[in-house]
Amino acid sequence: MMETDTIAAISTPIGEGAIAIVRLSGKEAISITSEVFKGKDLQNVDSHTINYGKIIDRQTDEVADEVMVSVMRAPKTFTREDVVEINCHGGMVAVNRVLEILLSRGARLAEPGEFTKRAFLNGRIDLSQAEAVMDLIRAKTDKAMNVALKQMDGRLSALIRSLRQRLLETVAHVEVNIDYPEYDDVEEMSHDMMRESTKVVHAEIEELLTVAKQGKILREGLSTAIIGRPNVGKSSLMNTLVQENKAIVTEIPGTTRDIIEEYVNVRGVPLRLVDTAGIRETEDIVERIGVERSRQVLKDSDLILFVLNYNEELTEEDLKLFEAVRGLEYIVIINKMDLEQKLDLAKVDKISDGKPIVTTSMLKEEGVDTLEKAIADTFFSGDIDTGDLTYVSNVRHIQLLKKAKQALEDAMEGIELGMPLDIIQIDVTRTWEFLGEIIGDTASDSLIDQLFSQFCLGK
Amino acid sequence: MTYNAGNYDVIVVGAGHAGVEAATAAARMGAKTVMLTLNLDMIAFMPCNPSIGGPAKGIVVREIDALGGVMGKVIDKTYIQMRMLNTGKGPAVQALRAQADKALYSREMKNLIENEENLTIRQGMVEKLIVEDGVCKGVITETNAAYHAEAVVITTGTYMRSKVLMGDLEYESGPNNQRPSLKLSEHLEELGLELVRFKTGTPPRVNSHTIDYSKTEIQPGDEKTQGFSYETTAFITDQIPCWLTYTNEFTHKVINENLGLSAMYSGAKRGTGPRYCPSIEDKIVRFNDKPRHQIFLEPEGRDTEEVYVQGLSTSLPESIQHKMIKSIPGLENAEIMRPGYAIEYDAVVPTQLWPTLETKVISNLFTAGQINGTSGYEEAAGQGIMAGINAARKVFGQDAVILDRSQGYIGVLIDDLVTKGTNEPYRLLTSRAEYRLLLRHDNADLRLTELGYNIGLISEERYGRFIMKKQRVEEEKKRLNKIIIKPSETINQLLEEADAAPLKEAVKAYDLLKRPEINYDLIEQMIEVNEMLSDDVKDQVGIQIKYEGYIKKAKEQVERMLKMEDKKVPEDIDYDAISGLATEARQKLKKVRPLSLGQASRISGVNPADISILLVYIEHGQIAKVAN
Repeated sequence: MMETDTIAAISTPIGEGAIAIVRLSGKEAISITSEVFKGKDLQNVDSHTINYGKIIDRQTDEVADEVMVSVMRAPKTFTREDVVEINCHGGMVAVNRVLEILLSRGARLAEPGEFTKRAFLNGRIDLSQAEAVMDLIRAKTDKAMNVALKQMDGRLSALIRSLRQRLLETVAHVEVNIDYPEYDDVEEMSHDMMRESTKVVHAEIEELLTVAKQGKILREGLSTAIIGRPNVGKSSLMNTLVQENKAIVTEIPGTTRDIIEEYVNVRGVPLRLVDTAGIRETEDIVERIGVERSRQVLKDSDLILFVLNYNEELTEEDLKLFEAVRGLEYIVIINKMDLEQKLDLAKVDKISDGKPIVTTSMLKEEGVDTLEKAIADTFFSGDIDTGDLTYVSNVRHIQLLKKAKQALEDAMEGIELGMPLDIIQIDVTRTWEFLGEIIGDTASDSLIDQLFSQFCLGK
Repeated sequence: MTYNAGNYDVIVVGAGHAGVEAATAAARMGAKTVMLTLNLDMIAFMPCNPSIGGPAKGIVVREIDALGGVMGKVIDKTYIQMRMLNTGKGPAVQALRAQADKALYSREMKNLIENEENLTIRQGMVEKLIVEDGVCKGVITETNAAYHAEAVVITTGTYMRSKVLMGDLEYESGPNNQRPSLKLSEHLEELGLELVRFKTGTPPRVNSHTIDYSKTEIQPGDEKTQGFSYETTAFITDQIPCWLTYTNEFTHKVINENLGLSAMYSGAKRGTGPRYCPSIEDKIVRFNDKPRHQIFLEPEGRDTEEVYVQGLSTSLPESIQHKMIKSIPGLENAEIMRPGYAIEYDAVVPTQLWPTLETKVISNLFTAGQINGTSGYEEAAGQGIMAGINAARKVFGQDAVILDRSQGYIGVLIDDLVTKGTNEPYRLLTSRAEYRLLLRHDNADLRLTELGYNIGLISEERYGRFIMKKQRVEEEKKRLNKIIIKPSETINQLLEEADAAPLKEAVKAYDLLKRPEINYDLIEQMIEVNEMLSDDVKDQVGIQIKYEGYIKKAKEQVERMLKMEDKKVPEDIDYDAISGLATEARQKLKKVRPLSLGQASRISGVNPADISILLVYIEHGQIAKVAN
């Protein structure tokens, strides 16, 4: 936290703009970048120069992106440390890949507001701004937490919880053997038992990382349902959202057309058009499964785009849909504004209890900007810079998974070497801690709680 | 009204395991010290288990010894049995445990402190402190004796407003029917200290003559002689075994049928008991599917027939205790000499203490031991020595001595207490230590002797021996790094006998020792023997080389931790003036008042963002100072 290591983060809002910048700061900023940079020798270029080249993934020798790299040496930089800025192609895939490569070479993912914090600590920012820096850290951290939580799929966190529980039980088992060597009610933990536990967890982590590599975790966004009666323009809405953001989605390598279409990134807000409550099934969801059931389905969505027809009066079905989404996060989209008005706007306003209402014409591509802004507003209150927040939490997850895997492999190596279990347990505990960081649970007291709930101990 | 009973540098109230360490440490550091106790016959008494040491706790005893304390020396003279635990596991978790001759331990300790220079011992019940302008200046006893001093250490254990509970019997009493201290805790509350109600318990003692040992399993001591203290040279070889038996369904039936009669289960609201030391009632209720529980029969000494029934701590009525005992194999005809009981008492909420164990509300007042919410003789003694050291140093105007979490279990214990507090009597467990590989039984001397010497508690002679050992370890490691072992028939024969893979190419002795199945003794058979080395040094060399990688990793973690510890929080910090701190964090910080960012980060409810903000604030102050 207050180390002088080299930090890196994406410093532009993801998904917006044609260019995304990865910024590094710290002693090794230049050397780390030059290790993965194909072009001029960055170690020897002049300060404050921009250099064209490619970022190479040294593990596969693949080109991650064509980039422009600015090299700025201390002290005349934002943080008063060596700073490198890598201009990547816009969109999240390339820039995330570049970031991951840098992290794998020893950079550490910056914490929210950390560049600003370093600038301050190195005396770059005026003292009077100390308060502002503190507020910034608080705001950014809180938002990063919120976004990270929102982004995390329920199944992912459930899986991580179950892996942690398994590790915790293993560790508690080792602990009980240590702290209560005479306690006879439990079989002494053996290397074989330890091997079994670590193997299972290791396989699960590898699976998660493979999935992450395919971009699935990266692309996990806010699960979003588009609902509305037939022919109100749901498909056009989806197509428009996808088209608007096409530059991003087509960059995902090796994914099928199906999956691509379900993912969009609107002004830094990643949306996942979810299958279960998504466009195909919701065609006539209420008719099909009733209000209560559809509420259940819709409840799993982070955001609902509820489409009405400007050209038709409110129907019984529309009202049922309103009932189904009450209390949930939704945006009302009144489509087909190019046609004659038959919808009672005052009534819609009244029953949508203060939720945003956007009028659009998908046909004429009008109102799309307003809609996108409404989506962004819903999740970022609109006025805060989305900065390095949205996807970083996902890169963070991957980093932590990798660390967890490494720690577990250290443990497995110890098992094969026949190291004592209490020593192997050190690495198992580290694995447990890394996994805990992913879901924001680092309470160290859990082990002791586990110990006393799992075993009957005492004098 | 009061009379002047004398002027001292340090007063220690209480003569239990914390008190004797505090008093001897202060006195040996040159402070004129007086120790006050309710009953001079109960010095360093063990009201519960006749046992010292065990995992984590045994390492604490070694640490106390390395700092120059007394617990290790006295138990080494008075044990009836000594065992090294966890020998099948790694070096980090091995620990000694001794069964003590309870009466002899107490007598030996009394004798030791009676002969201590600078230390006066008095019988007396302290009821009040003399406090002027928030500074503690002495104590007043019930006999109106006013003792004056620069610093006071309170180590009253479980005596404050204590109540003994057994069935529906309930009376004000300290452990073992000693007088309780009734007025002191009220007075501490008046002075602004927050107290909490805890409870613990003890099992019945039975007469050895009435036990049928043939129905139990013998638990002998180790054959190898060993001790806690680095100064012990003569070991007791005549050991007495313990015995193991089990409860059964009849025992459980007796307990279940009479659960409502147990003082702790009768429905009345009671203090919080420790999870790790549950009564037999707790065990039956919480783990009702367990068919049996272990019962260890531990002799209380050489000159007594009393046997401690470990595993049967209870607050059931005496009549039920008889039934319960008689249901256990080997104890069918056993006679209870003293019944078990639960005890409830006042403890000081330990987050009110600085890491020196000085209270925040009253300067120069220290508290140590079970009064701080811990349990166990070793935990008490570990706090006692630190409180004694810091009290004396404060009197002499010297800097405080605080052990960090990488220096010892004592550091872990005190940091946990003052930073996180505790909602049950706190017991040390190896899992509480993040750097347990560094906090080993075998290296307690390497960790703390230097400090003990600098404080003035380790003699020149012992320090010289320590330096010599340290040097020999380093030299031997260097030597092994230079010796090349080549594959040969003899060598591979030796390896084969040890179930180790044969050598294919030449290897450094150092690297060969890293293989898990190879120990120093085996290496010694392959190389020129260094006659200078003691077993102690050989063990150390073996451990340091074998676990080098893990030790290195742990040391790196420690370094990161220490960076945070080095960031000091200014004493006059005003948390209310720092915008951006979360409300919960602000409240906790105001209460705990951490000395460093490291300590702040361990407070539950203070998250990394709060630490960042705190850092910015602190650095801001420093930059501002420089700018001025």
